[in-house]
Amino acid sequence: MATAKTTLPNAGPVTGSRSFLSRLRDGDEIARLVTMVFAATVVLITLLLVYELWTNSALARAKFGLHFLVTRVWDPNIDQYGALPFMYGTLVTSAVALFIAVPLGIGAAIFLAELAPPRISDTLQFFIDLLAAVPSVIYGLLGVFIIVPLMRTVIFPGLNKPLGFMPFFKGPSYGVGFLTAGIVLAIMVIPYIISVSREVLLSVPRDQREAALALGSTRWESTWKVVVPFAKTGILGSVFLALARALGETMAVTMVIGNTPTISASLFSPGDSIASVIANQFTEATGDVYLQALVELGLVLFLMTFILNGLARILIVVTTQRGSGVPT
Amino acid sequence: MSAGVKWRRFVSNFMLTLTGLCALVSVSVLFFILGYLVFNGGTSINWAFFTQLPKPVGEVGGGMANAIVGSAKLLMAASLLGVPIGFLGGIYLAEFSGSSVASVVRYAADLLNGVPSIVIGIFAYSLVVLPFKHFSTLAGAFALGLMMIPITLRSTEEFLGGVPRYLREGAMALGASKWKTIATVVVPAAYRGILTAILLALARVAGETAPLLFTAFGNLSWSHGWGQPTSSLPVMIFNYAVSPYEDWHRQAWAAGLVLLGLILIINILARTILSRGITVPRS
Repeated sequence: MATAKTTLPNAGPVTGSRSFLSRLRDGDEIARLVTMVFAATVVLITLLLVYELWTNSALARAKFGLHFLVTRVWDPNIDQYGALPFMYGTLVTSAVALFIAVPLGIGAAIFLAELAPPRISDTLQFFIDLLAAVPSVIYGLLGVFIIVPLMRTVIFPGLNKPLGFMPFFKGPSYGVGFLTAGIVLAIMVIPYIISVSREVLLSVPRDQREAALALGSTRWESTWKVVVPFAKTGILGSVFLALARALGETMAVTMVIGNTPTISASLFSPGDSIASVIANQFTEATGDVYLQALVELGLVLFLMTFILNGLARILIVVTTQRGSGVPT
Repeated sequence: MSAGVKWRRFVSNFMLTLTGLCALVSVSVLFFILGYLVFNGGTSINWAFFTQLPKPVGEVGGGMANAIVGSAKLLMAASLLGVPIGFLGGIYLAEFSGSSVASVVRYAADLLNGVPSIVIGIFAYSLVVLPFKHFSTLAGAFALGLMMIPITLRSTEEFLGGVPRYLREGAMALGASKWKTIATVVVPAAYRGILTAILLALARVAGETAPLLFTAFGNLSWSHGWGQPTSSLPVMIFNYAVSPYEDWHRQAWAAGLVLLGLILIINILARTILSRGITVPRS
């Protein structure tokens, strides 16, 4: 109180500095507005993206309606377009990718989070991060020149002879096809599964492990029956994230899938995916309906990844928060 | 009883070894890719690759000089679009916005980040290519710039948020305005993290192919200015790899080596910058 009174008489210079202060506060206001404009741009761009996809597919949506999603024919000559073979290809290749990548990725994440000493774990994680940075066209390049020949000479005979009675493994094989694309996709998404799962596993409180070990469980039992169940929602999130990547992946798939719109139970059959048909036909599309059908495919792909990414984010946040919420 | 314990021990060791194998396999893929590219690309790379234009179909030789310059131009223009929006938007999120506005912007950025790159290509096509009626460097840069925004934005926000409170309070106690505090104290304290994020964003879009297919398109010769279609390294790799010509395959390997080398170097550089810097919270 006393100090407040003593400073009051010096009102003169204070008002002077006050106007200076308020000018500075105006500067704050300007900075706030300027940065707000840039932040708003992000929202605007996102809205514009949805709007453009929607309006630029209007013709195709009006002509085919929801039948677009269940029609098998894709023929520019008669101007008939259906998304089914491409949706099938996208889903099958992604499923194959997850089938391979999920066990491998989660296994590696368990090793990195539970077993490896921090130094080794961090070093390996560094390499995994680099692996995630390899561009998809490079994976495609390796797919074309390594996995496609390998498919013809090793994988196809190896699977077709013992398992050829099942429709999935019926021949013939051209090297390119669903399985080849699935394998390349698997290699691409493994780093994402490892990174996120490792993070989630590391967030599991220490006392969970210690309690399990104290009760006499082995290292593996404490990991598999206590730590993994604790983190399972987050691990599921990492799988969804990987799935969203696999669904949207373009180049690597385009280069090895064969680019023929077929629906076949055989994994060796050449096929096509939503992203790869857009990549291959967009510049050649003549006629409004053709182009708009491709944009509509883009819209379908956008919605699929949108839903999956949303689910993934919720699952990951829920687990890591639960993990860190418990006092350790 | 003791047999049961032995069995459980065995299972434990077996499964844990298996997880180690999973990690080994996953990491060795990186070295396999690197080795294969260095082997195949290294034998194909030569001086002409960096200095000459592509030769017409059927002729042996030539290089990708125009694609290298094209990629550099695309990345430069993309950064000019993506970095300011991401950086300043991130400042707004971390320093100025209320939580409800921030969550809307954050949501939009995450959504944009998850959009498949081919869909970004369609967007850039309808927004930039259609009005001008031709493919252009600008359209390609627009697509790549869009992809840089969410990464830059979210990391700027995160690293600014990690700057300790007492630094801000100290600056404000000395009479600095909020803006002055941000510009002279908060941003400099977080600049390593932000620089890392920008470099990582750049490395990510440097390898993007799908959004360039129908925006920057391709060009067998030099691309002058910003309004012409341009060739780029990733698109060249794609076109040459799926072509039936042996010599083009050779050049695709060389281009792959150059591109991957560039991207890995940027990545390692970025991570070194970060690890040498101040302690920032791990995301």
